[in-house]
Amino acid sequence: MHTPDTLRYARSHEWVSAPEDGIVTVGISDFAQDQLGDVVFVELPDVGRKVAAGDALAVVESVKTASDIYAPLAGEVVEVNASLEEAPEAINEAPYEGGWLFKLRVDDTAAWDELLDATAYEAVAETD
Amino acid sequence: MSAATPAPRGVDAADSFRDDSFPLIFERSSPGRRAARPPLVPGASMAALLGDEHLRSEAPRLPEVAELDLVRHYTTLAHRQFSIDGNVYPLGSCTMKYNPKLHEAVAGYFQDVHPYQDEASAQGVLTVLAELQQDLATITGMDAVSLQPAAGAHGELAGILMIRAYHEARGEGEQRRVVICPDGAHGTNPATASMAGYDVVEVPTGPDGEVDLAAFEEALNPQVAAVMLTNPNTLGIFETRILAISEAAHAVGAQLYYDGANLNAIVGLARPGDMGFDVVHLNLHKTFTTPHGGGGPGTGPVGVKAHLAPYLPTPLLVQREDGSVGIEGPRPTAIGRLRSFYGNVGNLVRAWAYIRTLGLEGLRRVAMMAVLNANYLRVRMREAGYTIAFDRVNMHEFVAQPPEGIRTLDLAKMLLDYGVHPMTVYFPLVVREAMMVEPTETESLETLDAYAAVLGQVLRDAQADPEAARAAPHSTPVRRLDETGAARRPVLRYQPPSG
Repeated sequence: MHTPDTLRYARSHEWVSAPEDGIVTVGISDFAQDQLGDVVFVELPDVGRKVAAGDALAVVESVKTASDIYAPLAGEVVEVNASLEEAPEAINEAPYEGGWLFKLRVDDTAAWDELLDATAYEAVAETD
Repeated sequence: MSAATPAPRGVDAADSFRDDSFPLIFERSSPGRRAARPPLVPGASMAALLGDEHLRSEAPRLPEVAELDLVRHYTTLAHRQFSIDGNVYPLGSCTMKYNPKLHEAVAGYFQDVHPYQDEASAQGVLTVLAELQQDLATITGMDAVSLQPAAGAHGELAGILMIRAYHEARGEGEQRRVVICPDGAHGTNPATASMAGYDVVEVPTGPDGEVDLAAFEEALNPQVAAVMLTNPNTLGIFETRILAISEAAHAVGAQLYYDGANLNAIVGLARPGDMGFDVVHLNLHKTFTTPHGGGGPGTGPVGVKAHLAPYLPTPLLVQREDGSVGIEGPRPTAIGRLRSFYGNVGNLVRAWAYIRTLGLEGLRRVAMMAVLNANYLRVRMREAGYTIAFDRVNMHEFVAQPPEGIRTLDLAKMLLDYGVHPMTVYFPLVVREAMMVEPTETESLETLDAYAAVLGQVLRDAQADPEAARAAPHSTPVRRLDETGAARRPVLRYQPPSG
């Protein structure tokens, strides 16, 4: 599994980029996309939606199953990756790049440090 | 093929007998060709007979084929189908058991009854349906049953709508916003709750494969409208703490819903009503052997305890004082009508025939043999190199996993090359690479042994040649389907060739 150490991770398999001007990018990990299999549909949140950490705000559907995606941090949705509606395969092909899901303006940037680092996340994924 | 017989449109002539270029019936169409010609009235035009307003201005776009073309087309398609009449079909949670042919003969007696004929002339079929209502109530431990819902999920919706009506009548409609489902639930459970306007809260499965009781109790509060469970659950494990679950749910005023998809494990032996369930739906096309899948239609009767009976969908069949059976009068508390007339009557009659053929003792043996067969196959599958999720004595089904590095999807496709149907795969969601196996009581020991042998063989084949495994099946009318492409870029409708 590919787990970049510049990112932080949630137990529910989302990755979160380091905050820039209070904004983070969120996607699902390489491990998660591999477990899901070919992604065929993505339901993205409305821009402007305010979420608490742990709120379900997107759905990723694969040939095997449908999974809720949770907000790893509290904040407001400021942008979504609309290209996934036409090309959901980007999540499988480039989970950390073209397959990003949404951007959040987070309430508390310090909370990012509390998320799992790459090593801790890999340990979680292996026992999941 | 001679020059006088044109190739079906859209199909190359030389390929038209090949199995893998099977045309649609529309592609076999030839202008003016007919399968049947209705008799004409000499000297009278259709307009004079029927009235101008009843004639179409242009012909409908239907395939124009001869009767033999039609028969060959559908007979060949039927031969390409996999069915329980052809071979073993152990789809977990689907109860693909044999549908006895006797039931077809019984259903034949009722094929000419029409729902618009008067009650007095239809007492035979109405009596059968009223008896079925009573039989199903007895089998499930419920007080009243409606035969209306046309499938399992339809029965679920009826059940949850009744629960909602019950809470509303008690002035708790606003307060109760949540339905609890275990994480192993059939997908229809949360879908039903959501469709009925509820929020869904998921509770986890514990290490023993049963609902985690502590987490369940924590999720309970006065906002909970209903708890939806199946018992045995989707791991094929009996919820041994069901009485504690029932007591805790009722203590906060929630109603307990029984998903009857797995009733085959306990039919005649234990009753959901005695476990504390308030509502059940039954899949007659599973436990009660009415045709299933493409052979449907489904049938999903719903049963309730007395306090929910006022809300049953309308109309119910009632026994009159003179002994006749008729349709009840208006019942304003009912959640409404879910289906035209009295449900899928042809299949209700088949279920009645099944119950009456076996009797209570026979139904008990159904459950016992279904459980015995599943446990036998579980042990054989473990011996063949599979891992059993929650490896304990199971009920009518169990969940297995392939060894690390082997994909369930590949094994499922490889099974097709051996002429047997795969089990349910990738369900329940709580088990990785899940293989959910339900052999049912109608498979013999020899068939179970043969299936176990094939399971061992495909595992060895997949380990020896992973490339070939990924390309399976190799011998079926259609090969590995592009499931991803079908989901990402679905072709939803036939487009006739232009011109």
